Order: sequence, then structure tokens, then C-alpha cells
Amino acid sequence: MRGRRDRRNLCGEFMTTLYRKLLRELVHMRGQATAIALVIACGVASFVAMRSMYRSLLRSQAEYYTQYRFADVFCELKRAPNGAADRVREIAGVAQVEPRVVMDVTMDVPGLKEPAVGRLISIAPKQTRGLNTLFLRRGRYVLPESDNEVIASEAFAKANQLEPGSQIHAVINGRWQKLTIVGIALSPEYIYEIRGGSSVFPDNKRFGVLWMSADALESALNMKGAFNSIVVSLQPHTNEADVIAQMDRILDRYGSLGAYGRSDQISHRFISDEIAQNRISATVIPAIFLVVAALLVHLSFSRLVDMQRSEIAVIKAFGYSNWQVGIHYVQFSLLVAAAGYILGCAVGFYFGIRLASLYAEFYRFPILIYRPELRTFLWAGLITAVTAVAGAAVAVRRAVSLPPAEAMRPEAPAQFRSRIVDRLNVKWISPALRMMLRNLERRPWRALASAFAICCSIMMVVVEFGMLDSLDRVMELQFRDVQREDITVTLNEAHSAQARFDLAHLTGVIRSEPFRAVPVRLRYQHRWRKTTLLGLERDSELRLIVDQNGNRIPIPPNGILISSTLANLLHVAPGQRLSVELLEGRRTVHELLLTGTVDDVLGTSAYMNLYALNRLMEEDHSVSGALLQVDPDKEKKLYLQLKRLPAVAAVSVKNAVVTSFKETIDRSMNLSIGTLMVFAIVIAMGMIYNGARIALSERARELATLRVLGFSRHEITFILLGEQALITLAALPFGFVAGYALCAVLAARLQTELFRMPLVVRPASYAWAFLIVLFAAVASGILVSRRIARLDMVSVLKARE
Amino acid sequence: MHTASINSVEEGREVVFHVRSVSKSYQTGDVLIMALRSVELDLNAGEFVVFLGPSGSGKSTLLNILGGLDSPTSGDVRFRDHWLSEADDAGLTRFRREHVGFVFQFYNLIPSLTALENVALVTEIAENPMDPQEALRRVGLTERQNHFPSQLSGGEQQRVAIARAIAKNPDILLCDEPTGALDFPTAKLVLDVLARINEELHTLVAVITHNTAIGAMADRVIRLRSGEIVEVTRNARKARPEELVW
Ligand SMILES: Nc1ncnc2c1ncn2[C@@H]1O[C@H](COP(=O)(O)OP(=O)(O)OP(=O)(O)O)[C@@H](O)[C@H]1O
Ligand SMILES: [Mg+2]
Repeated sequence: MRGRRDRRNLCGEFMTTLYRKLLRELVHMRGQATAIALVIACGVASFVAMRSMYRSLLRSQAEYYTQYRFADVFCELKRAPNGAADRVREIAGVAQVEPRVVMDVTMDVPGLKEPAVGRLISIAPKQTRGLNTLFLRRGRYVLPESDNEVIASEAFAKANQLEPGSQIHAVINGRWQKLTIVGIALSPEYIYEIRGGSSVFPDNKRFGVLWMSADALESALNMKGAFNSIVVSLQPHTNEADVIAQMDRILDRYGSLGAYGRSDQISHRFISDEIAQNRISATVIPAIFLVVAALLVHLSFSRLVDMQRSEIAVIKAFGYSNWQVGIHYVQFSLLVAAAGYILGCAVGFYFGIRLASLYAEFYRFPILIYRPELRTFLWAGLITAVTAVAGAAVAVRRAVSLPPAEAMRPEAPAQFRSRIVDRLNVKWISPALRMMLRNLERRPWRALASAFAICCSIMMVVVEFGMLDSLDRVMELQFRDVQREDITVTLNEAHSAQARFDLAHLTGVIRSEPFRAVPVRLRYQHRWRKTTLLGLERDSELRLIVDQNGNRIPIPPNGILISSTLANLLHVAPGQRLSVELLEGRRTVHELLLTGTVDDVLGTSAYMNLYALNRLMEEDHSVSGALLQVDPDKEKKLYLQLKRLPAVAAVSVKNAVVTSFKETIDRSMNLSIGTLMVFAIVIAMGMIYNGARIALSERARELATLRVLGFSRHEITFILLGEQALITLAALPFGFVAGYALCAVLAARLQTELFRMPLVVRPASYAWAFLIVLFAAVASGILVSRRIARLDMVSVLKARE
Repeated sequence: MHTASINSVEEGREVVFHVRSVSKSYQTGDVLIMALRSVELDLNAGEFVVFLGPSGSGKSTLLNILGGLDSPTSGDVRFRDHWLSEADDAGLTRFRREHVGFVFQFYNLIPSLTALENVALVTEIAENPMDPQEALRRVGLTERQNHFPSQLSGGEQQRVAIARAIAKNPDILLCDEPTGALDFPTAKLVLDVLARINEELHTLVAVITHNTAIGAMADRVIRLRSGEIVEVTRNARKARPEELVW
């Protein structure tokens, strides 16, 4: 009895001694442990932050939609009597129906030299429980009897510094009208304010939504008792497609452009795509970190076990089981990981809030639900633990399988044989370089692991900058090669050739090319898509239709050209016949020959000859607008004229679009570039620093010997760090290739109907990656060289390894 | 009994090392350990000196100070015009590089370099080195020059270490228990190399050993105890290594 208790006591004491050993070694290895913990912390932080942000955005979006009753089905049409809305109301599964009037008009905004486009939307006289309810940020609701009061969308108001009380002018139904902003609001329908059609990016300065009292707008547009837009909400578990089909049947004869669900609603689509993208990065980035962390743990612990062979033997000789020895080292690894985990959770939690509120502000959500979920932290903990155990596994197994007697002997001297390095047989290779190369050759897996981590770090930077390069290329392709006009003027409705003549004779217009734009439904077998069919003159110079290589594709006299994305979606190939349903005028359906496909990058489009389109529409040389080339000196005058032209519905200035596009990208990219750079540096530094520390520990004796032989500190630092430098250099090309490959994967994954990414990585992006890794390498080198300075020659030489 | 007083200049040989009241102490916690206590010593150019003494008597400490690996706590050490006791790290590095060759008990060869490359490592940074092949020839290892340390026996490794030490034509060759890890015949081989270096190149050779028999090879035998020089014996005749028995 007594004996057993004693043994247990001894056992207990021994375990606390083991713990003491663990803690002391942790302190001794603090540099390496910190590096590992930091890499783990980055992985956990990125996981927690991105995942929480992703969940938070999803929930905020859902909550926003519910509270403000975002509609489920939408339809634009020419003009329908209110009775038609009643018939929609009768469709089974429809919960709420709201007919309304929507009209794009040209506006003159104070302080803005170009004309802007305003989307006027009628709203109920009082703030009722209608669909797409406004969230009033500031000011007040419109008075029902007022005929010039509007509520402006916040993004537009902010971009133009408009406040309640500000006034803007608009041409409404041919009349120059003054509008007073009384309130600033948000709507779930315009989280992203995109005009649609050919402009697929928000330009908050030149496009804004204005809500106006239904009475006022209906009378201004002669739409009393009628509507041209309808939004519908559905009861739960209703089949959306059925409702859409029935709505189309009711509304087709009122010039419907076809009903569509949320998935085709441009703002919803945009924001959902973006939130979904966060999910990809919330997986990829933490994964990279944790793999690197596992490698770091592996390298450090293999070295630790090598150094502690005799200690392991002693512990085993005392009668401790393999299990206990294994647990000891696993605990060690878990302890380091736990430190990283806690730090990562804290940082991740903090950045999660920051990111979520940043995005919420960017999207202008009135609601932000940030509730960190226990699940996220548990997952992060589990993944961290797996990383720590997996990383330590090989080393622990080696410790466990070490027979006690074997372990008491020092490790056999490093085996070197002449191999690749010597076969090269190059005279100029100095002994120092030879040492480096042979060391690398002797531990190829370690060199590979280091190279892999550095590769990841380079890859991150290349991808980030590569994405920017691709975006630049998108702009180049779209706004330099394809859209060569300065201004696009869209008319209220199709006008005769006279309008074309008028536009050509405005001040400052150098060249004017008319176009006809007709909404169409393209159908091939059972697949269909809606798009705008653009009719252009045969010798159009201002809108060039080009293929992937920038070669011009001529517009066929009769057939149709469509975006290759669209052709893929419809499973149709050039040479086949496509059914084209015109959604304007007499709404006839035609079978047209697909003569070719266009490799465009933004949106989807369909082109045909202007006069052929006129013939299909059974109209006489009508135009929807014109592309204008403008004399820059007379620009201002032209804008002034355009702002007041009654027939003009929208004016789009290319340079302004480009600027706003760039601003949008800059805003969203700056944060992620900064973060990823830090991540890349942490990974590269973690690996290079740890690699050098391990090498230093293994070769302290060798380096001390060199010092004794008269080598200076710089020289042995060079030998030690040279190895890491070689690994880094060797990893560079692979990192570049991996970065390019990941860019290719992302470019393919990010192909949407709205947007295609060409694969472009400029040399400068590789240079950035190189610079960042260089920085990490130099910083690690400085940290390690401080250690080398402390190398004690005498004590190292005193004892046998 | 001979005293440990200053050892006079002999046969017109130049005194190259001047050690004056050198002390070295280590503070370990509350305990102050005096590894060397006011050591006075002169060493002549071309001399063969053997240090004897019990473990912990300060032999290695003294040799490390002579070799510029360590600095004394107090006192002066001068090698010709190098004031070692005042030199900084860079100064000591330069001193080692230009003047000193070391041989250790555990050889300390660079495992990733072949025998020849281990020697070349030193000749590359030396001012007036001999050919690495020549150094290996002197220790009788010409055939093994392309072998790595792990492919050589202990004695062979030690001879490579000696070749590496002499390849720079050093003025001083310091050996800390060079035969400590070797068996009798191998140890003799190594000692023979040391003796020939001393004779042919007139290098000042200082050897630390626990083996009293080796003392017979020396010009002078210096005994230490508790950090002090307690006895200096001058041999009338230096014994050849092959004459030694132990
Ligand atoms: N770094 C150190 N810290 C504390 N004490 C030290 C240190 N180095 C040496 N000593 C002490 O200095 C004394 C002399 O040590 P030294 O190594 O010179 O002895 P030695 O004569 O070479 O012994 P051995 O024959 O065993 O090698 C010893 O008591 C030793 O404990
Ligand atoms: Mg000693």
C-alpha cells in the first residue's frame, strides 16, 4: 500500500519535473516558439476574422432583407394599368405586390461638371410596411402633396456632398425641374447602386437613386393609374420560377422585359458574389498558414528531439512509457500552438469586427450583426490542435521509437558523401559555398519544406498584385480597346434619324455614331438569357468589337455576334441559329445566325448591324442614342447642353466611369493588400528565422570551430545565412510560377456573367514579391546574426556533441 | 624544486609570448572560481611546450587565452606586438587568423567538407599559407584527401585537424589534449607529426595532455595546479615520439 503511494508520489514529482523541463525549454526556444506561435496566430486570426466577417455579412444581409422587406421578384415593363397589378396579386404564393413608376433622367448636380443619371422611383405617400422599405438616415420623408421633394440614396448624396435641403435639377418628361432633397436613405434594393445595362460598376457620383412621392412622379410622367415596374414578395416555400412564368404571361403584353428573381437582381447579385468570395479566402489563407505552421513545428521539433536524445533515454531508463514520452513532446507543441491560438483568436476577433464594419459601411448596411460564434472558435481550436499534433508527429515518433541504450550514445556524425555538388566539379566553388550546398543536399526535405513556405509567401504577394494587374487589364481592354467613345448618350426612347443628326451637331462633337439598343431574350434550345442587343453601324470606329488578341471582328450584315460567355451559357456555337425575342415594340421573335463570339470582359452583350436591327424592329432608321467623340476643350459646353436636352435619358462619360472604377478597386484592395503583405512577411520570416536558428543550433560547434580558425563573425554569418539565402533564391521561381498558377485558377473561378478576369501578371508584381521576401530574409538575418555574435567559442569546444 | 619564476631567454631564442600576472575568474552564482591566479609565463619562438596538471587546474583556460579565444580577467598577455588582453573581438579574430593554429581533442572538422577542403578553408583566409596538399602530405594523408570526416578514423581526423592548423604556416600551434581520444599507436603517429612540424617549420607548439610520458618530447614541461604554475622542467634532450611508452 505504502510502496504504491510512494511510487505515485515519485511519479507525480517526476511529471512536475517534466513540466518544469518543458517550461524551461520553452523559454530557451522562445525565438523559435514565438515564430511558430506567430504563424499559427496569423492562421487562426485570418480564419476567425474572415469566417466571422463572412458569417456576419451573411446574417446582416439576411436581417436587412427581412426587416426592410426586400422583394423576391422584380419586373420592368413599358406601361401597364393598375389592374394588371391586381392580377399579379392573385397569383398563388404571392404575398405582397407593389406597382410603381421608375424612370432614369438626366440630372444637373451642383459641383458636378458632367451630367448625372438619376433613377426616380415612386414611393407610397407614407412610410408604410411596403416592399424595399427605405431606411431614413437623415432628414424626413417626402410630403405626399409635394411635387419636387425627393429622398436621395446615401451613396449618391455622400459622393456629391448633398444634404437635406440641397437642390438638384433634372429633365423630367421633357421639363427642366428643380428637386429638393429632404431626406437621405438606404434601400435593400440598391445596396450597390448600379445602373445596369452596360454599366456594371457603381459610379456613385454620376448615378443615384431618388425616391419621389408616387402622386408627383406619376403626374410628372403621365403615368396616372399605371405602372412601369413591379416588385413582388413571395410567401415562404413558393416556387419562384412558377410565379415568374405567370407574371410574364400577365405582363408580356404591357412591354415587359421579363420578370426575374433576386439572383438576377444586380445589387443582390453583386453583393452576394462578393460575400461568397470571402468564403474562398477564409479557407485558402488560413490553410496556407497552418500548413506552414505544421512544417515549422516539424522542423523545430525534429531538431529538439535530436538534441534531447540522451534526455529521452534517461526518462525511458527510469521506466517511463513511450506514451508518456510522446505526450511530453506533444504537450510541448500544443503549448506553443495554444499561445498562437489565443493570440490569433483575440486578433481575429478584433479584425473581424473591424472588417465587418468596414464592409458594412462599404455596402451601407443599416444593420450590422456581429456575433462571434462559438463554433468558429471551436473549429479554429480544433484545426490548430491538429496542426500542432501533425507537425510534431514525426519528431515524436522518432523520440518514442528511440531505444534507451541507443539514445545514450551521441548521434552519429553527419554523413556526407560526394554527390551532385561534386559532380559539378566546378573549381570556383569556395569551401563556404560547398558547405552550404552539401548541407542542403544532406537534408533535402528540410530544404524543401523551407522552400515551400517561402514559395507560399511569394505566391500570396504575386496573386494579390496579379489580381490588380488583371483589373488594370480589364480596364484597358474595355475602356481603351473596346469603348473608344468619350461619351455615350442614351435617349428616352427610340428616335428617328433626325435625333442622330441633332446629336452630331452639338458643340464639341467630333464624331457621332448612332446605336440602337433593344432588350432581348436570346434562346437556344431550352436555355435562355436576357441581354441588350446593340445595333451598330458597319464601320463603327467608336465601339470596336475585338477578339481575345485585340483583332477586330467585323459586324455581319445580317447575323448576330454575342459574348463568348453568353454563347457558353446557351451552349451555342457560331454557325448555329439563335432565337432572338425582341422585348420592345412589337415583340417579334426571329431566328438569327450566330456568326461569331466576342471575348469581352464586362457584362454580356449581343451585337448586330444597326440597319438589320431596324428592319427586325420594323422601324425606320431609329436610334436609341449615340457614341460621341468629343473635343476636350469644348467638353464643358457640351455637358451644359446635354444636361438640359429633354430627349436625353442618360449620359455616361467614359473617363468618369474609369476614375470611379479605379476608386472602387483601390478602396477594397488597399486593406487586403496591406494584410496579405503582413501575412507574407510573417510566413517568410517565420520560416527563414526558424531555419537559420535550427541550423545554428545544429552547427554551433562547426561555426565555433570556424571562429577559432580565424573566421570573422561576418564570414560565419554568411555561411549560416547563405544557406537560407540559397533556399530563398531557389524558392523564388517556384513561388512566381505558383503565384501565376493561382492567378489562373482564380481568374477561372471568378468568371461571372458580369465580369471576366483576364490572366495577367506584370513583372512589377513579381518584383514586389521578391522585395517582400527579401525584406523578410534580411530581417530574419539580422535577428539571427545577433545570436551568432553571442556564440561562445570556448564552451562549445569544451564538450563533445 | 624549480620555481615558477620568469623563464629566462634561452640560446638567443626570441620570446614571443609574454604573460604577466594573468588571472581568470568565473562568477557562477555566489561562487567565484579562480581558474588562473597571477600566471607569469614567457614562451619562446620555435619551442615545444607541454602543459600538465590535474583536471580543473586551468590548462585549457590558459591555452584559450594564449590563442585569443578568451580574455583574462586581469593581467597582460602580449604576443609580439599584439596586446591580446586589450584586443577586441575583431583584433582577436585577426590574431587567430594570422598567427594561431588549433588542434582539439575532438578534432572539430567540418563534416560537410572533405579533408582537403577542410584544409583549404584555412589557407583561403591566411596571408602566407602552404599548399593544402602539402599540409596533408606532411601528416601523411595525401591518399585520403577527398574523404569526408565521417569516412576517416579518429587518428586520421586528428591528422587532418593538424594539417588544417599548420596549413597557414602559423607561428603558434596550440593543442588541447590532441591524443585524448586516440589509442596508443595512433596517438604516437599524431605526436610524431607535431614533433616534425616543430622541427621543420620552427612553429611554437604548446600541447596540453594528461599523459606525463608525453612531457619527454618537450623542451619544457609546465605543471599547473589550482590555476597556478607550480613547476617548470627543462628537458636536456627531446625524446622522439617513437621512444615514448605508456
Ligand atoms: N565557463 C566557465 N564557467 C565557470 N567555471 C569555469 C568555466 N570554464 C572553466 N571553469 C572553471 O575553471 C577551472 C579551470 O578550468 P579548465 O577548463 O581550464 O581546466 P583544465 O585544466 O583544462 O581541466 P581538464 O583537464 O579537465 O580539461 C575549473 O575549475 C573549471 O570548473
Ligand atoms: Mg581542459
